[in-house]
Amino acid sequence: MDQVSKSKSDYLISRKDNQYEVIIGLEVHAQVTSESKLFSTSATKFGAEPNTQVSLVDAAFPGMLPVINEFCVKQAIKTGIGLNAKINNRSVFDRKNYFYADLPQGYQISQFKDPIVGEGKVILDMPDGQKEVGIERLHLEQDAGKSIHDIDPKNTFVDLNRSGVALMEIVSKPDLRSPDEVSAYIKKLRSIMRYLGTCDGNMQEGSLRADVNVSVRLKDSKNLGTRCEIKNVNSIKFMQMAIDYEANRQVDLIEEGKSIDQETRLFDTKKNETRSMRSKEDAHDYRYFPDPDLLPLEISDQFISKIKNDIPELPDDKKKRFIEEFKLSPYEATILVSDIDTARYFENVVSKMGKNKDIKLAVNWITGELFAVLNNKNLEISQSPISAKNLAILVNLIKNGTISGKIAKTIFELMLDGDKDPQQIVEEKGLKQQSDPKALGALIDKIINDNREKAIEYKQGKEKLFGFFVGQAMKASGGKANPQLINELLKKKL
Amino acid sequence: MSNITNQSLSELVKNIKDKKLSSEEVTNAFINRSEKSKELNAYITEDYSSALEKAKKFDQKPNLDLKLPGIPMAVKDLFCTKDVLTTAGSKILDNFVPTYESTVTQNIWDEGAILIGKLNCDEFAMGSSNETSFFGNVHNPIDKNLVPGGSSGGSASALAGQLTPITIGTDTGGSIRQPASFTGTVGLKPTYGSCSRYGIVAFASSLDQAGPMAQNVKDCALLQEVISTYDPKDSTSIDFKRNNYSSELTNKIKGKKIGIPKEYRVDGMPDEIEQLWQKGIEYMKDCGAEIIDISLPHTSYALPTYYIVAPAEASSNLARYDGVKYGFRAKGENLIDMYEKTRSEGFGAEVQRRIMIGTYVLSSGYYDAYYLKAQKVRKLIKNDFDEAYKKVDAILTPSTPSSAFKSGEKKDDPVSMYLNDIFTVPVNLAGLPGISIPAGHDAKGYPLGLQIIGKAFDEQNILNIAYAMEEKINFKNKINDWWIK
Repeated sequence: MDQVSKSKSDYLISRKDNQYEVIIGLEVHAQVTSESKLFSTSATKFGAEPNTQVSLVDAAFPGMLPVINEFCVKQAIKTGIGLNAKINNRSVFDRKNYFYADLPQGYQISQFKDPIVGEGKVILDMPDGQKEVGIERLHLEQDAGKSIHDIDPKNTFVDLNRSGVALMEIVSKPDLRSPDEVSAYIKKLRSIMRYLGTCDGNMQEGSLRADVNVSVRLKDSKNLGTRCEIKNVNSIKFMQMAIDYEANRQVDLIEEGKSIDQETRLFDTKKNETRSMRSKEDAHDYRYFPDPDLLPLEISDQFISKIKNDIPELPDDKKKRFIEEFKLSPYEATILVSDIDTARYFENVVSKMGKNKDIKLAVNWITGELFAVLNNKNLEISQSPISAKNLAILVNLIKNGTISGKIAKTIFELMLDGDKDPQQIVEEKGLKQQSDPKALGALIDKIINDNREKAIEYKQGKEKLFGFFVGQAMKASGGKANPQLINELLKKKL
Repeated sequence: MSNITNQSLSELVKNIKDKKLSSEEVTNAFINRSEKSKELNAYITEDYSSALEKAKKFDQKPNLDLKLPGIPMAVKDLFCTKDVLTTAGSKILDNFVPTYESTVTQNIWDEGAILIGKLNCDEFAMGSSNETSFFGNVHNPIDKNLVPGGSSGGSASALAGQLTPITIGTDTGGSIRQPASFTGTVGLKPTYGSCSRYGIVAFASSLDQAGPMAQNVKDCALLQEVISTYDPKDSTSIDFKRNNYSSELTNKIKGKKIGIPKEYRVDGMPDEIEQLWQKGIEYMKDCGAEIIDISLPHTSYALPTYYIVAPAEASSNLARYDGVKYGFRAKGENLIDMYEKTRSEGFGAEVQRRIMIGTYVLSSGYYDAYYLKAQKVRKLIKNDFDEAYKKVDAILTPSTPSSAFKSGEKKDDPVSMYLNDIFTVPVNLAGLPGISIPAGHDAKGYPLGLQIIGKAFDEQNILNIAYAMEEKINFKNKINDWWIK
């Protein structure tokens, strides 16, 4: 990968003579995929009836104690490995103290000074090349419950189902420079975690959300500006909109000669603006200290290497392999590996195609016809109406000349209804391609005979008429004639 | 059987096993005496009718293989007991009925014992005189005007007053050993990690340990045997080989090396305490033990260290009592107002004081100077003991710097109150086991205790030493039943 070009962001904000660069760092909160919570055995299913997945520990009853869920620890280590990060042999759980109605303990158990995962990096594939984004750390922490303010005008309701659910907070370095890079970064994180099975990345369900830190500085300046943190943004689109708004707001302040206050802001999705939530002076004093109910988390090298052995092929490696093994272009490979289910589908198609396979053709059908259908029907590839097996058969039928590409499109439409076997459709509808030179020769002779004048014009140099003859031949064969053979025979006979 | 309540646990167990007594008779006897002893104010909750039912049920099909067959007992109200009010001595939990049982009490019921009630204690175990309880002061059976010590004051009072044959307390800085010393009873603070903290209302998580209190060392050993189990529900519970403390109990301690730490000779310590200590040294020698002078150089820092670490943890542990989920809630204009009113009205003065201290020492800007430094000193204190234990098998000290004081005497002087824990606190900071045994009386006839501190997980050794000493001391508690009219 030595020759990969480096991406250079050109997202700059211009005012009069000045150009500003935008510096972005993300704190992503990713819900750990796990049957039970970080320190209790309650279930974590999304969408359950309020307060039905709450244990005495989650509700912080007197005398209740947290017990670490080993599976969540493994998930965090896996994710750390996926982020090419250092796994710390010793990490410590701290209490972050603050009062809120949906925080039953009066503190959140988190990791402050000694996180489970240290520095790492992820590679982004941008249109003009690659971009490396540094990871500062990943730590484990509990989620809080949910306060619901809009059911009753006077009361707040609290749902503790989420209370105690394991989150991974993944903190990036301030390496991002544009909303597009932020989008690529989130997608890449999601992709890696979905490959690993450590977070489902479902943003609608809140499994992935981010605090976005934004600052601006004059282009080519080396100093960082004062940053603002936009809290809890839960879609890529909103992140992009929030950054765009916030960066422009900060630039305007600077241009007006005003200073930027370090503060926490909220993004109002209806008004498309950020607004102040609390200033630095109002910031909580969380009184972090090591949780005396939990011992430091000691992880041996053997434990880590055992997990390492179970790590599946990740998107970057898969992409590399697709390029080398299947001779795909980097662009095609990137599309296929970005989502684990797409990669799986593609690899299934490849394995079902057998020996004499045309992988390029398969890629075209997946990224062309199939993606279009999925898009139209708003389906995930895991819900594809056409199985990998039948798509492989269809591609093979084209490859071995049984059907033409045009007929294939007709068959593809028919396959959508109940994932029909294309071979069967060909047989039932008699759509097999005509590739018998004798029969096609006779057919062409007849067409030339019927259109003598045009044939003479063609010979006299009106080459455009060749297409006319092809069309006539295809029409006469009911679309089934092998177009290549038709071409050859026409050239000979005209 | 003329008198039941003055029998020791071992005698009661034997009589029940020999079918000379039924559980119902024993339970009835302790309930009757408890009924007559309301003036001690040892109970917060009485559970008599349910206890009698259980006793009758036990007698119908007695399982005499159990260690505590049909034995009634009352426990400190810091242990969560299923379906029985559990208050921690606080208004903020004055309506709290757990749906679960602490591991320690479950272990006790599993061995056949029967709950007769929940015993008074300082609010959230914060106190050395049982004067901070929302449910009123507890009186010392020795003398009406004396405090029983704290925080397990209700436990000590009920035990010394023979309202319960044995009991359990919790000890964060001396809360078992000091009241045992003040009431002429035996109290053991086990090694940190020996008894599960699951289901015990937390005060300071890194220091809290449940432990047995009894009339004599043997009973204490038996109860320790029952309550000490490894518990995966408590991440700080330690899986070590636990002895059968009572059956392995021996008074043969010849050749044991006993350390005498010079730093425990504190300024202003009454002569009586010094004399008691000397007497203890002589008893040790009589038992064949070897006396060795040792140094625990960081002892004088233990108390300030403790009064940073414990309030820091408490300030966070008590954050859950916010009026939202259970317990007392005051009406408020909004969430913050509700919090403030609930916690101002729900917590007593001492608890509020410690929450404020704890909040302060954890605040950014003060954390390094107080909490972090205290943690470092704590390590040094532990190192002192580690060094000492290279030379000795156990350490002998007085349990307290004085005998029981009068009610109200120190109530408005927190520092003087905190000084009461001076000999007990280092043991909690180092996570070690310590036992207080009654060793004599002062001029006023009030009991005085000696403390034996052991190596971690070496409960058997200090129980053995205490057992041997007990024989030599032959202590008789002077209780005249002043409260029974």
